[in-house]
Amino acid sequence: MANTSSFSSSPSTKFSFDEKPHVLAVDDNLIDRKVIERLFINSTCKVTTAENGKRALEYLGLADGQHPNHNDLKVNLIITDYSMPGMTGYELLKRIKESPTMKEIPVVVVSSENIPTRINQCMQGGAQEFLLKPLQLSDATKLRCHIKKPLQGGFAGEDDHA
Amino acid sequence: MDSVVQLQRQLVDYTVQLFNEGFLDDQFNQLQQLQDESNPDFVVEVVTLFFEDSERLLDELAKALEQQSVDYTKIDAHVHQLKGSSSSIGAQRVQKVCIGFRNFCEERNIEGCQKCLHQVKREYSLVKTKLETLFKLERKVLAAGGSIPWPM
Repeated sequence: MANTSSFSSSPSTKFSFDEKPHVLAVDDNLIDRKVIERLFINSTCKVTTAENGKRALEYLGLADGQHPNHNDLKVNLIITDYSMPGMTGYELLKRIKESPTMKEIPVVVVSSENIPTRINQCMQGGAQEFLLKPLQLSDATKLRCHIKKPLQGGFAGEDDHA
Repeated sequence: MDSVVQLQRQLVDYTVQLFNEGFLDDQFNQLQQLQDESNPDFVVEVVTLFFEDSERLLDELAKALEQQSVDYTKIDAHVHQLKGSSSSIGAQRVQKVCIGFRNFCEERNIEGCQKCLHQVKREYSLVKTKLETLFKLERKVLAAGGSIPWPM
């Protein structure tokens, strides 16, 4: 399965489409995108993946020349790789935090490299958390607590059943 | 014809051996945990992607090292990708060679890089064969009506 499109979304199964937390996962590595997607789907989230920062900004309506999308888009968590070509995860983080519409969305930065200055930089830049790769199921479970509730009502947590 | 129990035993023994020899690490277990009835082929799918992506990267690396003027930044970028994906599926020995490879890139050491390319190709080829064997054993167990005894 080649990821030829810029972003791909998972279909929801048990819960209503609007209730599942929506995660945007940004990573230039195809294998990592697939693994992160499954990690969060298994934690009952809807997942959209993007292959780089530029595509992620386009999806969020934050790219140069775009008008911010106020109504339709609900993203509850953004998880981004740090090392990406073109725009690093840090640069993406800054762009999101500068946006009046998107700055409240928690952004988690992930990296395969444990570099304290890099970690500090991201935390100073407003990252919710900095995690080391490869991500595990326990990380996805932990991250769910960072997920911002959608503006309308709550979302399907452990107590809700279809 | 081997019984289900015998086939399962073969599978377990083979898997344990792969872990003991360092071909696979715990991340492979993590992938297995992500597989369920709604996604029964997840591990095979991810590993297949890894094979395709790695072969592409190894080709690119070979080409890059043959150039008159070697672009170490490009080579490092490719090795970084390979290191990342091998780490994500638990292909430990491939990942380890990539770490050394990146050091040689930083030093702009052409001989070191060439040696590492040779090593990483070898490790990749080994883990590919091992994983294909593993998947074959899994299919045999399933075909005999057994289930995959995970974790092992």
